[in-house]
Amino acid sequence: MKLKALIGALILGVALPFAAAALEPSEVLSDPALEARAREVGKQLRCVVCQNQSIDDSNAELAGDMRLLVRERIQAGDSNSEVLAYMVDRYGDYVLLNPPFKASTVVLWVGPPAIGILGLLWVVSFYRRRAGDAGGDDVGQTSQAATLSDEERRRLNALLKDDNE
Amino acid sequence: MGMKRFLYVIPLLVLLAVGGFSIAQLNRVGSGQAVNVLPSVLIDKAVPEFDLAAIQGRERGWGTKDLLGQVTLVNIFGSWCVACQVEHPFLVRIKEQGLVPIYGIDWREKDLQAGPRWLAKFGDPYTLVGDDPKSHAAIAFGVTGAPESFVVDKQGVIRYKQIGPINAQVWEQTLWPLISELQQQ
Repeated sequence: MKLKALIGALILGVALPFAAAALEPSEVLSDPALEARAREVGKQLRCVVCQNQSIDDSNAELAGDMRLLVRERIQAGDSNSEVLAYMVDRYGDYVLLNPPFKASTVVLWVGPPAIGILGLLWVVSFYRRRAGDAGGDDVGQTSQAATLSDEERRRLNALLKDDNE
Repeated sequence: MGMKRFLYVIPLLVLLAVGGFSIAQLNRVGSGQAVNVLPSVLIDKAVPEFDLAAIQGRERGWGTKDLLGQVTLVNIFGSWCVACQVEHPFLVRIKEQGLVPIYGIDWREKDLQAGPRWLAKFGDPYTLVGDDPKSHAAIAFGVTGAPESFVVDKQGVIRYKQIGPINAQVWEQTLWPLISELQQQ
């Protein structure tokens, strides 16, 4: 029983912080449609003082003020992308949790897959080369075939022919 | 074979390059050369629109239009901000010497008295100073923390962003040369 309680507490402890948004009741807009849009925008905006949380998840005061500003802009009639643009104009692409693909972010987006592909190519060529090397205990079928002498090959072909007929 | 040997050295070379770059950057920070972790996108852009109410005891606040026609230093501070206290005597000296008008943004005061009290205690270097309890001006300037200061030219265009306290070194090496040059334009 003790173990069960412990596991339960652990799961709660790990899961709860993710369940709770930092939003305060007084911040919520009365119009649910506008509030839903505000949440959607808030999820895409980085809390600029906590580096890797959205403003919706962060308890930082600046994040709270940014949430309010998002709601102000939405109530003033801005579209979601206009609100995001408003923030980007002031804080740069950095404020977006999902940075756009452009010249200054090419390394960010292309870098990791490119390194992965290079690594994969290296592994493939490594094993190809190893399989291609003659001799050793772990040589495969292909390398053996490559080392057949002309005489052996003639015999092999004859045997295969016999089999097929 | 020579080519193959060379391939094995590549990871080491990459590591050395990354390490060397990091050390060079650290040295730049250590020697006091400005390294903006978050470079401002507002450099060479007009100051965004905003309007601030006066802090208590002042007749008026200020807004974007007040900056036009003169070179200004916009300073974001708060009575809660320890680094601002470090910077403050320097701003007071700039004011005393009449080098450049300083426009203050009193950021995120929970107590409306706190800012005015703080200025009464440490001196008031601001030509105009406004109250920004909900970060409207702070977000307009893309501020992430206090103190931050902006050099704004006569056309109301942001020319430089100083993150962190202004001190003698920053002033003499960066801010004053830029400000005096802009003043002559």
